[in-house]
Amino acid sequence: MKTIWLITKRELNSFFDSLTAYIMIVLFLGFSGFFTWISGSDIFLIGQANLRAFFSIAYWTLFFFIPALTMRLIAEEKKTGTIEQLLTKAVTDRQVILGKYLATIILIAIALAFTFPYLITVAKIGNLDAGGVLCGYLALLLMSAAYTSIGLFASSITNNQIVAFLTSLFIGLFFHIIFEIIAGGMTGMFGQIINSLSVTFHFESLSRGVVDSKDIVYFGSIIFLGLFLTEVSLAKRNAYS
Amino acid sequence: MDIVIENLTKKYGAQKAVDNISMKVATGEILGFLGPNGAGKTTTMKMITNYIAPDEGKIFIGGKSVSENPQEIRRNIGYLSENNPLYHDMPLIDYLSFCAEIQGIEKSRIPGRVVEMIKTTGLNREKHKKIGELSKGYQQRVGLAQAIIHNPKVLILDEPTSGLDPNQIVEIRKLIRELGREKTVILSTHILPEVEATCDRIFIINKGRIVADGTADSLRKQAQGSEILRVKIEDGQPDQIYKALQSIKSVSMVEFADRNLNRFDIHCDSSDVKREIFRLCVDKHWVLTELTPFETKLEDIFRELTMN
Repeated sequence: MKTIWLITKRELNSFFDSLTAYIMIVLFLGFSGFFTWISGSDIFLIGQANLRAFFSIAYWTLFFFIPALTMRLIAEEKKTGTIEQLLTKAVTDRQVILGKYLATIILIAIALAFTFPYLITVAKIGNLDAGGVLCGYLALLLMSAAYTSIGLFASSITNNQIVAFLTSLFIGLFFHIIFEIIAGGMTGMFGQIINSLSVTFHFESLSRGVVDSKDIVYFGSIIFLGLFLTEVSLAKRNAYS
Repeated sequence: MDIVIENLTKKYGAQKAVDNISMKVATGEILGFLGPNGAGKTTTMKMITNYIAPDEGKIFIGGKSVSENPQEIRRNIGYLSENNPLYHDMPLIDYLSFCAEIQGIEKSRIPGRVVEMIKTTGLNREKHKKIGELSKGYQQRVGLAQAIIHNPKVLILDEPTSGLDPNQIVEIRKLIRELGREKTVILSTHILPEVEATCDRIFIINKGRIVADGTADSLRKQAQGSEILRVKIEDGQPDQIYKALQSIKSVSMVEFADRNLNRFDIHCDSSDVKREIFRLCVDKHWVLTELTPFETKLEDIFRELTMN
């Protein structure tokens, strides 16, 4: 556990030192703030005291930002060879993966925490549904955790960051919209199965304010599968980097 | 801690990068690992550090199998890998602290250890920089510092002096020699004088197989067979001298090195030949102006063993 935290601290420092963290936070707040308060179907247009507008924007911004955060995590270390220096120290592959994973989740949580003023503002305007907001944040965090594990896997299969970014977006796209679209054209059992694979389906059910164990299990499975595959792909190392 | 390697094999596709290598390195020994590019040096080292797993064979460090006790063994290994990869965006001190902490050094002892390492490797003037801002030579020192910060009993160094200037090379070699007094060291290199200067034993591999194992002197003897002497004799007819030299019993062959200057290369089997040449010259009233034994260079041995 101590070792995992060490790796996490190093990764977080690296996020902040390389400005990645600041750029990510500023862009995230900029995009979501703009569409929540100023343009499109913003809060004033809807005229309800909830954060629905923000959640549906964050749903897309995070989808694009997470691969950008995860793409370098393992790919860069593979390219420079530092992964070898790291893994020949007293750490296991799993500790390294979990450390990097945790660092990304913490960074996303920090970015989400900066939207706290939105919450206060809306609460001042009208009667805020606290449970709904909480569930919305939970849904965003779970979705981020799922995409981070996919991103980490994409980063572990290549030493090229761009390839990692695109692979992660490509895999993510299936969960984000493609399954939903396919399911839309189908009926019956099969359509339902495909639909239950879609992140949108579970995200919406969660952010409506209903915490269903099915949704938690769904996100948990993606997280577990992503991390498991990352470990498998990291174990398949070649002597030549 | 000693290192024992038994029948190690690693394949990449159909090609055997390491082919049935066995060796022993005793505690406190510095082993020089030689071989041309692609001979399997780096692969072997990666298997010793348990970064990659061998296809066949076993490695024991201090009597314990590397694959069965990876975490315990790793705490006892210091590894500097090829090309010295480092986190360039990290400040030097942070990086060394990170390495110390991850290797399980108590938190209270870490600052002391880091300062000690900075002193040992001569990084004092550069200590406040980021690793990426250091020159290649200094980065190499950082690589060495991270390998020894947890005071490991075994050091595996893959080309530790690459990219250093001659002064730095001498310093690093001295450091390795000092470390090698109590630690078991395996270092790989292309630079042959380096092996002679630092290593107790030489191990040459080619195409994944062992081709030589021994001290520099024993390798020379093995490769040489016969000794070569260069002599210059004045005040005599070249042909006469040639015949007289050839009639000496233990001389196997005489060659003209330079006919006009009366210089000859003499291939001989025993060291008595020098005395006999001297006596011959005294008898015939010739003047012996040069007598030089030719040592076979390590380069020649290396070439002979690893060509084709």
